[in-house]
This record gives sequence, structure tokens and C-alpha cells, in this order.
Amino acid sequence: MPILAAFFGFTYEFRWPILWAAPHPTWLIDGILTTLRLSVLSWVFAVILGIIFGALRTVPYRPLRAVATVYVEFFRNVPLLVWLFFWYFGAPEVFPEFVRQWFIRHGIEMWSAIAAISFYHGARFAEVIRAGIQSIPKTQLEAGIASGLSVGQTYRLIIIPIALRLIVPPATNESLNLLKNTSLAMTIGVAELTFATRQIETYTAKAIEAFTAGTLIYLV
Amino acid sequence: MSFDWAVILGNAKFLLLQGLIGIGAYGGGTLRLAIPAILLGFCVGIVLGLARLASRPWIHYPAVIYIEVMRGIPLVMVIFWFWFLVPVMIGRAVPEYWVALTAFVIFEGAYIGEIIRAGIQSVPKGQNDAATASGLSYVQTMWSIILPQAIRNMIPSLVTQFIVLFKDTSLASIIGMMDLTKAAQTVSERDIRPFEMYLFIAVVYWVFTYSMSRFSRWLEVRMSPERST
Repeated sequence: MPILAAFFGFTYEFRWPILWAAPHPTWLIDGILTTLRLSVLSWVFAVILGIIFGALRTVPYRPLRAVATVYVEFFRNVPLLVWLFFWYFGAPEVFPEFVRQWFIRHGIEMWSAIAAISFYHGARFAEVIRAGIQSIPKTQLEAGIASGLSVGQTYRLIIIPIALRLIVPPATNESLNLLKNTSLAMTIGVAELTFATRQIETYTAKAIEAFTAGTLIYLV
Repeated sequence: MSFDWAVILGNAKFLLLQGLIGIGAYGGGTLRLAIPAILLGFCVGIVLGLARLASRPWIHYPAVIYIEVMRGIPLVMVIFWFWFLVPVMIGRAVPEYWVALTAFVIFEGAYIGEIIRAGIQSVPKGQNDAATASGLSYVQTMWSIILPQAIRNMIPSLVTQFIVLFKDTSLASIIGMMDLTKAAQTVSERDIRPFEMYLFIAVVYWVFTYSMSRFSRWLEVRMSPERST
């Protein structure tokens, strides 16, 4: 530690024990739990949206494809932070009063974050799933229809299960991105891990210890 | 509740000039951050990519650790690290723009390093052998033969990474840099019409990133008939 101080040319009093002093571990653990809850809920919605819209982008019907393309391209190309602000500050104004009050009473920050992350990552998952579906030979679809299944049934029973198995590597990558992106929810007040890290920092002014803890937890 | 166009028109000049480009009293600006970040990140990426491919362990392993750490933590964390460390290290307050630029170059450099590594590895090994057989040194081989081919291979990935970086500049607003997102925040705090404001900047971001991805697709098509591999 003195070596680091000499190297940086400043005096910084390292106090690692603050990490396990009274309420700080609770904050970190609460932060981890919130991060996990936010990630899992958003992931479920994102995967559902991704499968729906990813598949819709490949069906033989032009209007459905157009709708899906609009969704994917619009939600994918706008930064997630902007979406978070939109869903937290902007969107509630559009809903009627009683809906707004229900949300405010039931943790609107979390719901806005889930909405923003689900729609954004839903669009990204849709691209991954579309790539997966397009890598399946078209003969599968034709065989399904020739066997008497409707297009919807073919997709549900044949194409999508195959695609899901194909896309495990990029889907894992996208899931990790989702987990990392939950850190953005701190900007609208969701008390997840990065928020907890900052809380420790503001309470103790020991930035390096606090952020080391947060960084290591994310790496794990 | 009607859609208020006037608030968009009235504030568009501030949003676009100050937030997007960076001309104005606040310094900042999304493009002013993104373009130097990608250029410097490219330089860092080349160094990292070559270091990751190095055979000497004392070059290879630090590069691997650096890349894996940067890829494992959220960009928000990196921004906060620099936000707290840089003023302490330099000894005085640093404007948000420079903190953000440093954080972005360090962070994106890791991702670009991976792209460049993939690009270099996509050049057929025969080129390396032929160069060595012709008596060229490592530096000459890299500079004149491998890198030009590698860079052509990875231009689509680099453009994609620039699109990602452009979207990520919105995170600089968290430490207060006046980019497009922060400009919208500032305006909507004053005019209290967040729905219109955030929708407006969503459209602006969308216009830019969609154009860039169309450009990337055009580049790919234009380059493919000429690719020798």
C-alpha cells in the first residue's frame, strides 16, 4: 500500500475493514440480491420477447416481419440509459392516474427498469434468435408444412427448439450483457450492486475499497 | 394529455448543438466524445491485440488479464473508477469530458483489442510464413502485410463497435458530462416534459445508429467482391 501511495504521489488512507463494518456488507448483499432479481425478471421477459420477435422476423408474412423489424431496429439502436429515463420519467405520464399510483406504490423504479431492460434486450435477443433460425436449413420448415402442420405449429414445435439449442453461445453472451447492464438501473434509483457500491463510497469516502468490492463481485 | 411539439422545437437547438456535437458553454457533446474515443481506442486496441497474440508470457498475460477484466465489469463501474481515481492521481479536479474520454478509451480498447486479435488471426498463416521466408522482420511483416489485410477483414466489426460506443456515450451523462442524454435531462427538469424529450433523443440516437448500421452493411457488400479470402 505505501508503494501504491508513493507511485501515485498522493496519500490515501486505505481502510479495508470498512468493507465488513456494520451495515456495509448488508448493502452489498442487498445490492447483489436486487441485481439478481432485476436480471432474472428482465431476462425472462427479454427471452420471451426475443423469441416472439426473432421468429416473427423470419415468417413468410410481410406485415408481421415489418412489425417485428420496426420493434427490433427501434429498441436496439437507442442506448439503454435513454430507455431507462424514458420508462421511468416519460412513460408513466401516458398511463391513467390509477395505474400510475399503483406503480408508485409498488416500486416503480424496479418496474421501469424491468420494462426498459426487457424491451432493449428483447430486441437484442431477437437478433440472436433470428440468426439462429436463419441458420436452420429451410427444408425443416418445408418438411413441417408438408407434414400437415401450420406455420405457427412448425415454428413452435420444430424450428424454435432447434434454434434455441443452436444459439447457446451468443445467447450466453447476451445474458451476460444483460447482467452488466442492470448496473445502469442505479441511475433511476434501483438499489442494485453498483448503487450499493456508490452508497458505501459516499458514506465512507473510501472509494477504492468500495469499488474494488463491487468490481470483484461483478467479475465473479 | 396532448403531445407537446413546442418543447421539442424550442429546445432542439440546445439538444443538438450542445448535447450531440458539443458546441456551447458546457463543453461535452456526444460526438466530441465518441469520435476521439474510437480513434484512440483503435490505437489502444492494436497494441492490446498484438500483445494478446504475443508469445512472450510477460506481454501476453497482462494483456489477457486487462481484456478479461474490462469485459467482465460494466462500463458504469469503469467510469466511476476513473471519476474517483483520476482527480486523486493528478491532484486536481478534472473536467468530466476527460474522465469520460479516458474511461471510454480504456474500456473500448479492450473490446477493440479482441476484434483486432480476431482480425489478425483471420489472415491465413501462409502470409506469415511467406513473409518470414522472404526475410522480413516481425515489425515489417505486421506493418506491411498482416495488418492491412486484417484491418480490411475487421472493418464491419469495427463499425459495429463504433455504433456500440456511440450508444455507450450516453453513460457519460451519469458523471455529469453534457452529452445528448444529459442535455435532455437538463431540459426536462426545467420544462417538465420528459416524455417528449426522451422520445426526441431516442429518435436522434436511432437516426445515427441506424444510418451507421446501414453504412456498415453497405461497406460489407462493397468489400466482399474484392476480398481474396
